[in-house]
Amino acid sequence: MNGTLSGIVIALSLLVGAWALVDALRDRAPSRGQLIGLGVVEAALIVLLVAAAIAASGGDRPASAVTFLGYVVTIVCLPPLGWVLARLEPTRWGSVIIVVVCLTVPVLVLRLHQTWQVVTSG
Amino acid sequence: MAEQTAPRTLGTGPGRALIAVYGIFALSASARAAVQIGSKFSEAPLAYLLSAFAAAVYIVATVALARGGETWRRVALVSCSIELAGVVAVGLLSVFDAAAFPDDTVWTDFGRGYGYVPLVLPIIGLLWLRYAGRKPR
Repeated sequence: MNGTLSGIVIALSLLVGAWALVDALRDRAPSRGQLIGLGVVEAALIVLLVAAAIAASGGDRPASAVTFLGYVVTIVCLPPLGWVLARLEPTRWGSVIIVVVCLTVPVLVLRLHQTWQVVTSG
Repeated sequence: MAEQTAPRTLGTGPGRALIAVYGIFALSASARAAVQIGSKFSEAPLAYLLSAFAAAVYIVATVALARGGETWRRVALVSCSIELAGVVAVGLLSVFDAAAFPDDTVWTDFGRGYGYVPLVLPIIGLLWLRYAGRKPR
């Protein structure tokens, strides 16, 4: 699985999360830019997963395809979930929702990486 | 008016952030349970059924918080309580009798694999239900 792409997704997600955290602390609703940021994170995730799928078709596979898919399903749902809920909550708590989502995405990307590495290292 | 306030506040403000966290747990616990039951159920049936049960509790809690209203507030109260009891019971069991849980669930070791959020979440949930459920006078 592509480490550089994963790093980009993690960095983007943390960036949007940090931005939302500043707004949450300043008692502000999520800005349009943060909602767009969630979209960018989702797009980067999809690029990462497509790259993973291409790598898998080339023989570089996760140890447990089912586990990998379980994480994939969870992770692609996160930015849209955050987007919908943040739109519903135009207060500081909307920003908190974006922070939560943007902190969860990097954790899941790392877990995704672990399920992949079991095989390539073993 | 007082009747209207509690339902309206349950799923807004901090409550909506709580829904986000519960939603994430509902999603990831369901995915985990589906993977475990679908691919290796016979290895540790008890642990995997527990995973599925935990996922169901998270789903019910998420829906109840989102719906609001007095009935759903009670449902949320019950599911948060079950969740707290579950994480403490499974946490204790997994520490003292590791053989009972050969494979991890969300609640194993008090939710250590999930940054102990499963232990803290029901407590925050119950506090929020108490706070949001108070009738303004």
